[in-house]
Amino acid sequence: TLRLICTTTAVQRKNVGASGPEKYTEAFIKKQIEEFNLGKRHLANMMGEDPETFTQEDIDRAIAYLFPSGLFDKQARPLMKHPTEVFPEQRKIQWGEDGRPFHFLFYTGKQSYYSLMHETYEKLLTVQKHQDQLIAQDSSIPLQKEKRNLAGSRWLTKIELEEMLLEKVSDDDYSRFIQLLQKLVALPCADIEEKYIQKFSKEVPVQLQKVVIEPLQYDEQGVAFSTGEGQRKTARATAVVYDNGTGKITVNGIDILHYFPVLQDREQLLFPFQFLGRIGKHDMVCTVSGGGRSAQAGAIRLASAKALRSFVTEKEVEFMRQAGLLTVDPRVKERKKPGQEGPRRKFTWKKR
Amino acid sequence: QLDRGCALHTAARDGLSSVSSQDVPAERPRAVFHTSESDPAKHTEQHEGRLYNIPLEEVKAVFPHGLPHRFQQQIQTFNEARVMVRKPALELLAYLKGSNFAHPAVRYVIYGERGTGKTMTLCHVVHYCSRQGWLVLHIPDAHLWVKNCKELLQSSYNKNRLDQPLQASVWLKNFKASNERFLQEIKTQKKYMWGKRESTEEGRPLREVVEQGLARVRSASDAVGVVLREIKQQSHRGSFRLLVAVDGVNALWGRTTLRKEDKSPVSPEELTLVHNLRKMVRNDWTGGAIVTTLSQTGSLFKPSSAYTPQELLGKEGFDALDPFVPIPVPNYSPREFESCYGYYLERKWLQHEKAHTEDGKAELQFLSGSNPRQLDRLAGPL
Repeated sequence: TLRLICTTTAVQRKNVGASGPEKYTEAFIKKQIEEFNLGKRHLANMMGEDPETFTQEDIDRAIAYLFPSGLFDKQARPLMKHPTEVFPEQRKIQWGEDGRPFHFLFYTGKQSYYSLMHETYEKLLTVQKHQDQLIAQDSSIPLQKEKRNLAGSRWLTKIELEEMLLEKVSDDDYSRFIQLLQKLVALPCADIEEKYIQKFSKEVPVQLQKVVIEPLQYDEQGVAFSTGEGQRKTARATAVVYDNGTGKITVNGIDILHYFPVLQDREQLLFPFQFLGRIGKHDMVCTVSGGGRSAQAGAIRLASAKALRSFVTEKEVEFMRQAGLLTVDPRVKERKKPGQEGPRRKFTWKKR
Repeated sequence: QLDRGCALHTAARDGLSSVSSQDVPAERPRAVFHTSESDPAKHTEQHEGRLYNIPLEEVKAVFPHGLPHRFQQQIQTFNEARVMVRKPALELLAYLKGSNFAHPAVRYVIYGERGTGKTMTLCHVVHYCSRQGWLVLHIPDAHLWVKNCKELLQSSYNKNRLDQPLQASVWLKNFKASNERFLQEIKTQKKYMWGKRESTEEGRPLREVVEQGLARVRSASDAVGVVLREIKQQSHRGSFRLLVAVDGVNALWGRTTLRKEDKSPVSPEELTLVHNLRKMVRNDWTGGAIVTTLSQTGSLFKPSSAYTPQELLGKEGFDALDPFVPIPVPNYSPREFESCYGYYLERKWLQHEKAHTEDGKAELQFLSGSNPRQLDRLAGPL
């Protein structure tokens, strides 16, 4: 009997050393697929939806509804996915009834790796032949049509290659493969084999996200103002900064002298304005909730800095960012662990 | 017309002042912040926002016990007493100058948030009145009488009441120091018995009553009561003007932290001093004025955000003091802030380099919220 483990491939892989990977027969997988489809139709009936047009997202939603779980780990919650996603791909038996292996490179030990290397080298040779033909015809080295966007793509990682080949690949082998691919790409006529190369490259998402600075808004009297939001620990604050002001600041309808009797909090509020040199020029009205005294001060500081971005040149925005005025403080209260008194403090150690 | 001269102690500095202003042209001239007008009687709106000097001898004579502690420290540091002329004080002085002394005494209640300068306003008024030759009855802080009292004696005069010999004797001493000549002039009108053997005859100067109180500490509170009654009766006749200046008047109607020997709480009426003071503050006498201040800092059992007369006095106090003229004291206006800042700069109280810049000034203004006390505390470590 097979133990049904509903885990992904990556987690499965870590347990390999213990007992060896579970081998599923083809018949077993087929049965799982049938059961899954039946279960999908039953689920659709239960939820009152049409079984024909029941997608994976609907399944996920239905399961989350029927089996609500408070577990933090998403992978530990109840899961219903297609068996091909659940059970890792495994190599079918590589030899026939008479004991003869199917693949000609079986006795190398790494048959898929070597066959891949052979294939890639064949492509390389074809490209070189094509190039020679072109030179023979036009007697000129053909220009490269637009360089492949190397910045936006990356090669497969070793783990991804292992998943593709279904066998272990060592570091050396992996580097040799990548070198071969790079050599192939370097040739001018590599565009012919573009499709083959795309199998081994992945798009890297554009990392830079330009933060959009909102333009100034104008209220009834024509005074320019802008809003900003900030948070720190558990406190959330919104700030509205008005132009042509006297430097008065109101928090939740109360003057800052009364709301923040401690000097330290007021210094925190002062910091963005002082940094830009605009202490007496803006008025501010803020609302804040949650957190404690210091957290609220930090939240308002962040909110006011964000609001001030609209009043200020880009260079100064960059200065503010480098000064740390625009970053959300990631420090939050650490969780208490069982067996300890607090997040770090252990119980008093007693010798006996 | 604006006083261009500087109020300085010694004449030598007069000659140096012109030199110094040429040496440091970047600094504002001294005259903007200071007035040579030492007499509060001549302070007008032109002097608003400026600091005037009180000679140190006068300080000792007029204010043996009235000034706030921090201000006394500042006097010692700077070796001069400078008080700012502010609008509420000018308002009060105008009322006092124009008041008709045939009518019952008008009550003025100075109120405002914490640290805005109520006690200083009161001191300004007291200085003016003492210059004018009034008899000043200045109680520095009525809260001192309703809390932290170590000894409580049962009053011999009235069985229900409790005496406070220590506070009474301290106050009598200060009172004697400030109003020497009046004590000589005023004569008692009744015979008073202190215990079985001692007594004060009719027609004796009040000074003897005070000395009796100081000598016999047990009867100090009764001495205080006698003094108050005599003064009240005689100001009615009009031979002198009386100013009753009470700081922290809300203590008279609040609760006390004192307890009797059987641990039952003491209410303010049971204290002789408080009882007599309440009689003074009632406006059933003529020929003077009553100026009082509300104070939250010393008050008991009141929230820290309370500053209006209604909240701090409670219903009882409000009814007792009604009708009165309320005088609110706000934080510094920009001009007053500038003069205070300029004064600190000039006396080299602000040592930090950045404090001398415009940015530093804006920062100070922001952080202190133009509150005088906050500014004083902020400027201390700088």
